[in-house]
Amino acid sequence: MLSRIAESLFWIGRYTERADATARLLDVHVQTILEDPWAEEDLVCRTLLSVMNRDAPSADTMVGRRFVLDSLAFDRSTPSAIAGSITAARENARRAREVISTELWEAVNGTWNQLPAHMMPSRPHSFFTWVRERSALVSGIVDQSISRDDTWNFLVLGRSIERADMTARLLATRALAGTTGPDWPTLLRSCGAHEAYLRRFRGLGADETAAEFLLTDRLFPRSVVHALGQAQACLDALDPAVGKASIGGARRTLGHARTNLEYGALPDLIEYLPAQMLAVQRACSSASETIRQRYFPSGALTQWAGGVL
Amino acid sequence: MADLFDGYPAGAAWDEVFDRTGDVRPSYRHVYEALGELSEAELRGRAETLARTYLTQGVTFDIGGEERPFPIDVAPRVVTEAEWDSVAPGVAQRVRALEAFLADVYGPQRAIADGVVPRRLVTSSTHFHRAAQGIEPPNGVRVHVSGIDLIRDEMGQFRVLEDNVRVPSGVSYVLSNRKAMAQVFPELFASLRIRSVAEYPGRLLAALTAAAPDGVHEPTVVVLTPGVYNSAYFEHSLLARSMGVELVEGRDLVCSGGHVWMRTTNGRRRVDVIYRRVDDEFLDPVTFRSDSLLGSPGLMAAARRGTVTIANAVGNGVADDKLVYTYIPDLIRYYLGEEPLLASVDTWRLEEPAALEEVLDRLHELVVKPVDGSGGKGLVVGPAASASELADLRDRLRKDPRGWIAQPVVQLSTVPTLVEGGLRPRHVDLRPFAVNDGERVWVLPGGLTRVALPEGQLVVNSSQGGGSKDTWVLGSSRGAPVSSPLERPRTVAFGEGVPIDASPSDDRSEQQQQQQQQARHPHPTGEAGAPC
Repeated sequence: MLSRIAESLFWIGRYTERADATARLLDVHVQTILEDPWAEEDLVCRTLLSVMNRDAPSADTMVGRRFVLDSLAFDRSTPSAIAGSITAARENARRAREVISTELWEAVNGTWNQLPAHMMPSRPHSFFTWVRERSALVSGIVDQSISRDDTWNFLVLGRSIERADMTARLLATRALAGTTGPDWPTLLRSCGAHEAYLRRFRGLGADETAAEFLLTDRLFPRSVVHALGQAQACLDALDPAVGKASIGGARRTLGHARTNLEYGALPDLIEYLPAQMLAVQRACSSASETIRQRYFPSGALTQWAGGVL
Repeated sequence: MADLFDGYPAGAAWDEVFDRTGDVRPSYRHVYEALGELSEAELRGRAETLARTYLTQGVTFDIGGEERPFPIDVAPRVVTEAEWDSVAPGVAQRVRALEAFLADVYGPQRAIADGVVPRRLVTSSTHFHRAAQGIEPPNGVRVHVSGIDLIRDEMGQFRVLEDNVRVPSGVSYVLSNRKAMAQVFPELFASLRIRSVAEYPGRLLAALTAAAPDGVHEPTVVVLTPGVYNSAYFEHSLLARSMGVELVEGRDLVCSGGHVWMRTTNGRRRVDVIYRRVDDEFLDPVTFRSDSLLGSPGLMAAARRGTVTIANAVGNGVADDKLVYTYIPDLIRYYLGEEPLLASVDTWRLEEPAALEEVLDRLHELVVKPVDGSGGKGLVVGPAASASELADLRDRLRKDPRGWIAQPVVQLSTVPTLVEGGLRPRHVDLRPFAVNDGERVWVLPGGLTRVALPEGQLVVNSSQGGGSKDTWVLGSSRGAPVSSPLERPRTVAFGEGVPIDASPSDDRSEQQQQQQQQARHPHPTGEAGAPC
């Protein structure tokens, strides 16, 4: 497979998942600001911006949900906002048009076409619902219509890395904002994890168990550990590690992050949750970079140095 | 502004939004202004969205086999903190008295010996079950969940209309109303501090767990439903789902060896607490109706052995018998030594000959209800009934005076409700839900506001064409204390975040321009660049 195509596939996976996860993250926070009389809008919004690594306005201006929505949901110019990542996913799908199935292309392109009609600042919840539905459609088509060859592996690799990264960010918002942000059940619900969590812990879990669930549950697909494990499985399929003397590259970065959570002492994880979550995000970012260098190094432009040879 | 309120008629009833002079009450000012800013088309659009979310979620009510979205009205009902602080303790007090009464009826029967209630009142009640005699609940709780129906009379005073301590339903609508309203009307929520209802499932599970038989570690709690065709099935599944417990039907249970088990793919699993949403009569074909397919034979025997807790307890119906209702104020004084905090509605006991004669004379101006009915079944509103209906009723009252009570027509308070002609006053009641975990009685802030949609209609039951409203209790104090290490707010570390990655190829504006130029100016040799 062409490196350029592989790169596009990887990023379709990432952008689609990012749109979905950002919609979920924003949905609970916007809902909390509205519903919970004790939520401090300014603090919640600033936490969100900081976790998404955005600059917040200076401390003397109030940051409201409108600002957060504009910069994290409706901004089409940057791929770290929902509208932007939908646009970027579509651009990447266009580049890889010949290897992805027509169904997938139409789902991705259709999402982008419908985007302006759904961006209604007064009804953020319906926008987020729509984004989640479209992302579910895209990933469903990926799972149904793409052979389990490298095409699928790159798509799912991107999706898994993004998912680990975004779940870590979600946990970080809570760890940073404390009780001013959404409570744990709300966060779980935002990941579609509330029912799964209730079934595992029989409903009476303390807050620590909610964090534990989203971090380390090995069976729930949105937990950090599961997402990292899935990413590793894709890397293994792309380049089997069997018979090799050592593992390196992205596999080590992701494996280190995963085992740290999976086998680490839970109280320590909880106590240092924000730092742990930063570590996960860094691991994802560094793995992404290693994957780029290994599989699609085209970013390094060959330049004519002139006259040496 | 507020053209939706144009022509809003003043009625005899207490209107919760407008006072007698037509001014907006302070508690509703915010809601009134927010609704007034919407055009009628916009408001109807939102109302449609509300109905659609309910269809999608399956929040439906089954009327004669047809599934309809449970009607939820766009205008919320607001209860101020002061009002709620007078209602909630009254509800809790009532539940404590009902608990004491049930423990007494199915135990020593002191109240009968002391002459507070006549023996025949208890023994003649349809829902007094001798099979429940002597079953001692592990933590002394029989009324794990109750719904106390309140109304607001013409003076704005809350009064208890009836108690529901068998299987009160409707709490799922409280939970989903709030969720739907917050999604569809975000601006109504802004700047109001509304007490959350989300902790209900947790409270309920805690109460059920606390009621487990002695010595059971980590009890297995299940919700017993009559099945998917039951009108309240949505509620059963919502409660099971939000508590993380199994939702079982009678056929999933098997009683053997003095225990209750459920059939699972891993063999039998013991069941310790059954939150049953099946009526007493159908619970155990051995003890009650032998043709019942909804229960499990042997359930009562296991309950008697104390190996399983049935919640709410069997036989609770004797306490919400409408004739017993007339004795509740006395029972509160007798058991608790307190004065009742909530007023009742004046009621005639038709067994007393003088009362019967008076009621028969004034039937056209009274409300008559069967004592063991629920859901508004069999209820007759005198002023709305025809002469033949009244004559028919007279005969029935003479034949079975124990079976009926009569009350004056109370003008239920009204709240603006979206109907054909805009926002119009419609009568509402309020059903707060109370959960008793044995330590204390917790009352869910708010509860279910049911609204009678036809004009002037005073019966609000959903089986009689009633809808509901989201009920907002305004609050000022924060609920739960900060305890776990996760709850400590930490300093937000700005600028420490990990950047969000983007594909380097998404930022190659230069390359893009070149490709576009190539497309516009085909290469002289005919080799075109990549088309855009």
